[in-house]
Amino acid sequence: MLLIHCPYCEEDRPELEFRHAGEAHIARPENMAELSDEEFERFFFIRSNPKGIVYERWRHIHGCARFFNAARDTVSDRFLATYKTGEPKPDLGKGK
Amino acid sequence: MTQPFRIATAGRLGKADPVRFSFDGKAFTGLSGDTLASALLANGVHLVGRSFKYHRPRGVISAGAEEPNALVGIHRDAARKAPNVRATVQEIYEGLDAVSQNRWPSLSFDIGTLNDLASPFFSAGFYYKTFMWPKAAWEKLYEPFIRRAAGLGEAPDRPDPDCYSNRFAHCDVLVIGGGAAGLSAALAAADTGARVILADEQAEMGGALRYETGAMIEAKPGWDWAQAVAADLSARDNVRLLTRTTGFGYYAQNMMGLVERLTDHLASPATDQSRERLWQVRARRVVLATGSIERHMVFPDNDRPGILLASAARTYLNHYGVAVGRNVAVYTAEDGAWQAAIDLKRAGIAIAAIIDCRSDPQGPHVEEARRLGIEYLTGHAVTATSGRLRVSSIKIRPVSGGAERSVACDALITSSGWTPAVHLFSQSRGKLAFEAETQRFLPGQPVQNMVSVGACAGTVDLGETVAEALKAGQEAAGGAARKLPKLAAKSTERWSGGMLGAGEGAGAESTARAFVDFQNDVTAKDIRQAVREGMRSIEHVKRFTTTGMATDQGKTSNMHGLAIAAEMLGKPIPEVGLTTFRAPYTPVTFGALVGHGRGRLFEPVRRTPIHDWAEARGAVFEDVGQWKRAWYFPQAGEDMHAAVARECRTVRQSAGIFDATTLGKIEIVGPDAARFMELMYTNPWQKLGVGRCRYGIMLREDGFIYDDGVVGRLAEDRFHVTTTTGGAPRVLNHMEDYLQTEFPDLKVYLTSTSEQWAVIAVQGPKSREIIAPLVDGIDLSDEAMPHMSVREGMICGVPTRLFRMSFTGERGFEINVPADYGRAVWEAVWAEGEKHGACVYGTETMHVLRAEKGFIIVGQETDGTVTPHDAGLSWAIGRKKTDFVGMRGLMRPDLAAPGRKQLVGLKTRDPKTVLEEGAQIVADPQAPVPVPMLGHVTSSYWSENCGHSIALALVAGGHERMGETLYVPMPGSVIEVEVTSTVFFDKKGDRTNG
Amino acid sequence: MADTIARASALEGRFLNADGLTLVRAEPAARLSLRAPKTAIKSLSKALGLDLPERPKTSSAKDGRAALWLGPDEWLVIDENQADLAGACASVAEFHSAVDVSHRNTAVLVSGARVETVLNAGCPQDLSLDAFPVCACSRTVFGKAEVILWRTGADAFRVECWRSFSDYVFMLLEQATRDR
Repeated sequence: MLLIHCPYCEEDRPELEFRHAGEAHIARPENMAELSDEEFERFFFIRSNPKGIVYERWRHIHGCARFFNAARDTVSDRFLATYKTGEPKPDLGKGK
Repeated sequence: MTQPFRIATAGRLGKADPVRFSFDGKAFTGLSGDTLASALLANGVHLVGRSFKYHRPRGVISAGAEEPNALVGIHRDAARKAPNVRATVQEIYEGLDAVSQNRWPSLSFDIGTLNDLASPFFSAGFYYKTFMWPKAAWEKLYEPFIRRAAGLGEAPDRPDPDCYSNRFAHCDVLVIGGGAAGLSAALAAADTGARVILADEQAEMGGALRYETGAMIEAKPGWDWAQAVAADLSARDNVRLLTRTTGFGYYAQNMMGLVERLTDHLASPATDQSRERLWQVRARRVVLATGSIERHMVFPDNDRPGILLASAARTYLNHYGVAVGRNVAVYTAEDGAWQAAIDLKRAGIAIAAIIDCRSDPQGPHVEEARRLGIEYLTGHAVTATSGRLRVSSIKIRPVSGGAERSVACDALITSSGWTPAVHLFSQSRGKLAFEAETQRFLPGQPVQNMVSVGACAGTVDLGETVAEALKAGQEAAGGAARKLPKLAAKSTERWSGGMLGAGEGAGAESTARAFVDFQNDVTAKDIRQAVREGMRSIEHVKRFTTTGMATDQGKTSNMHGLAIAAEMLGKPIPEVGLTTFRAPYTPVTFGALVGHGRGRLFEPVRRTPIHDWAEARGAVFEDVGQWKRAWYFPQAGEDMHAAVARECRTVRQSAGIFDATTLGKIEIVGPDAARFMELMYTNPWQKLGVGRCRYGIMLREDGFIYDDGVVGRLAEDRFHVTTTTGGAPRVLNHMEDYLQTEFPDLKVYLTSTSEQWAVIAVQGPKSREIIAPLVDGIDLSDEAMPHMSVREGMICGVPTRLFRMSFTGERGFEINVPADYGRAVWEAVWAEGEKHGACVYGTETMHVLRAEKGFIIVGQETDGTVTPHDAGLSWAIGRKKTDFVGMRGLMRPDLAAPGRKQLVGLKTRDPKTVLEEGAQIVADPQAPVPVPMLGHVTSSYWSENCGHSIALALVAGGHERMGETLYVPMPGSVIEVEVTSTVFFDKKGDRTNG
Repeated sequence: MADTIARASALEGRFLNADGLTLVRAEPAARLSLRAPKTAIKSLSKALGLDLPERPKTSSAKDGRAALWLGPDEWLVIDENQADLAGACASVAEFHSAVDVSHRNTAVLVSGARVETVLNAGCPQDLSLDAFPVCACSRTVFGKAEVILWRTGADAFRVECWRSFSDYVFMLLEQATRDR
């Protein structure tokens, strides 16, 4: 069981309190009605699913109930960073 | 004397109480504190099982968890039959009943031994070769044969009557292994005040000090020191000592899985005592002190009962006071086995000879052996053994070649050196490093916050072990600034030497059966054959030969197998690789993993406040998700059909009362509540008046129906939303997702009120008359409170949100009251209802009545591929809206294409025939196979009110097929149906005001 | 008619005192699910007569009324005297949501020296006093149910859960109590 740092609760909490919620940073277009089929396909169906660092959404559903974002390495299964909804992707090259 | 091999002057059990037990029905006596293995050996019993493939007689090999051979069944009672229990781990208790496995008709005469004679046919990879052809024989012949022959113990066939428990724990320092290293580390960590957990798989702390009599710590014999430290630690508040507890899995972020065995050693455990407890420990830092595992020598016929590990012989002697024989031979490639011979000799046991394959072993142990008059032969090898059910003699010869000579013995103890127990380190994802000089894999750089100390880290000397463990323990606890504690520790024993792979007489040219893996009957020859047949990596060799598989996971055999493969390949060992260690370290019961989660605690069972009333009225319940819902209420003499027919009739004739509490409810509050509703549902909401209700449809972004429900507007900025029973949590999650991440600027908050309100539906022409006497402050007239409206007021003196709505097509109300009042209000409503001839009804009647009106149930008429258009609900889509979730998805070409499956009604030609839900629909039952399927029946009932059966179905192009005849093929018959509208009853809808 | 109906708890009569641990149903209370952005916290605190806590995992309490931080804009307010909490917030003009959930939850009071161990049978959080001090609170899981833990003393917790989960929560607490 992983420990996940909730950016709202400001502490590491057990994975059992969380739910994964898919890829992050896919904004819902504001002009939905005007999207072409190709644009809708890109928005709704296409996901990056890389080997390595993924940016994904989690919800602390049995905790503070907030959605937040995480950068996780799918090879090591390590969380590199978690950050609040609306914040930009963190720069993983810097810091510690 | 009943225990002929017990030596009164040896061991620590001393004057322990005698314990009676049985093995294969024969009565024996052991001592309290014995394992089954030590007690059997005390009685001179070495033969305890038959091997997996060749059914060869096998005996005890080890004195611990690594045991590959001595697997038995422990039968406590009819339901408690544990297979594949290691006799070396199982403690005996009064009345213990153990049986041998993998033999028929008896252990000493086993028909399966024929496999041994046929062994040329069972060579490595035989599964893959023998059972390939003909293909048809696989199912009928080969698979049943393999299934019968394979597998060791017999699984119990009754439900497990034991209970198990679970505990999450956190600590600063978790120490796995309670030998000299683990105890020292725990002691140093505990001294800093840190929270420490120390776990060991044995019944007592002490580890190898159990047999290592040359160890002295703090001027005490090692074992006595260990017991004193254990007592000291267990008295401290910041330390938890767990014995009989195996750290079986090392998971991410220092999470360790441990199983504590609580009752398997007790004669009559209390019935409510958990058998095992699963610990899920999160440690800031882990100290692994898991020791090392001794390897056997690989030589011809090295698997006879009576041939065992040197450290095991020492453990049986020095701890249990049991001699493994009266005339014991020793075959070794390392120094420790000499000490075993010395211990046995001093205890009065004859040593037939020490055979050391090294040419010139030196040291005090050699001197001591000479002083004791033990014959020893260096540069010699054991090349054969004999004895049918137990070793009786061995053949030896010089390694350099020469004449063989026979030596009589009744036991042979062997050692080829020690393998550090790096299993947990490897599980922690740390990479192992091969130390060529000592031919050992040792822990490399840790990848988690952990450290390995003592033998599992490759440290051999006791003084060094204790010193490094103290340092690790203190550092683990964050106490680096303090003065490092010291313990005086010294051992007179030597552990140098060792070899990997096959010994003399079992080399490449040999056809002898020199076993590498006892549990899977894999010989050195098998591994060579695997390489010859093209296996290049140890992972291939493992799968081809099955070496290192089975319940012991090759604890004693992996390194030998690897070395033989490497030699054949002409590559250094690290290049051939080591198979990955995975959890669990030793087998874990399902019970331990399930923990509390069985029986009544398997899953929460949710009941409404009205449940007990319904139960008392004889309701039959159905499961809807976690909820228990009253299904129907049979009266005396009624079956389900009769009860449902009566309930359906009564609701439409007078009224019915229904517990709708389980519906999901969400309160949506804020100035942007209507805007948010517009985005979440297909319907328009801005203009819905306060006090009015609307049936809402929710889609996913792909355009398919996700949920539905009636929504009431309580105020400009407050909506009371209902969802399906099963959909409540996911609908709230779906809404929160959009609100938090897509529309965070909207001033709206969502709150689940599903369980705040008990909901009592009153439906039928008499519904208003029934509730009127109870309601206060609400005008119930059609003018003041029309269909699809909501009012707040009082009922029975408590607050209510009263909805006028109908899921039956009748005039109807849904009374929401705070849940703790639900039962009392229900009873008051029922008392009024009875005056009007009303009935109470369950979910089955609810389903029938809504189907008569063509109302869908999400999840029954829909399956995640149905659009509002398909379901005939296009009217619920706000045409002027510029956005809602699913709007763009609905515009996808395929969702508007002709020929989609659409919801229609079906009437059977024979009105009495009720279709089966899920049945397929075709246009022409005579069409050649495969018959094109047009769709399927989603709902089907007998309608008492219509006088005929009714059904709803999804049919390709269904809306264009009104009046068409279609067919439902069933086994033995074809049912003719007519496509109709989905509304079967009161097509005009007058009755909502009736 | 108002006082003819008393609240009927889902855990009526449930009680256990064994092995140094006590499980008892909490008395019926008024509860409010309060949601508000920062801008309304001051006014709401004033209206409720106690400071809404703004730090994660903390609570404030006064005269039988408590506010538990559940999320950055969410509190559970509990009033043991069954006061009208939604009414108290009605005068606050700033945007917020106050929803009465008095009957949605049921609570079990768990106390005794082994309280941390018993809760850790189903709760994966670190409940030691250092990590979960007195007055700390958190929504979390207990076995297969969601609960809110509120530490009311060194050896006492209030366990809030949804009404229909209370039977499961109580049974799991009973089993955990008996696991010595």
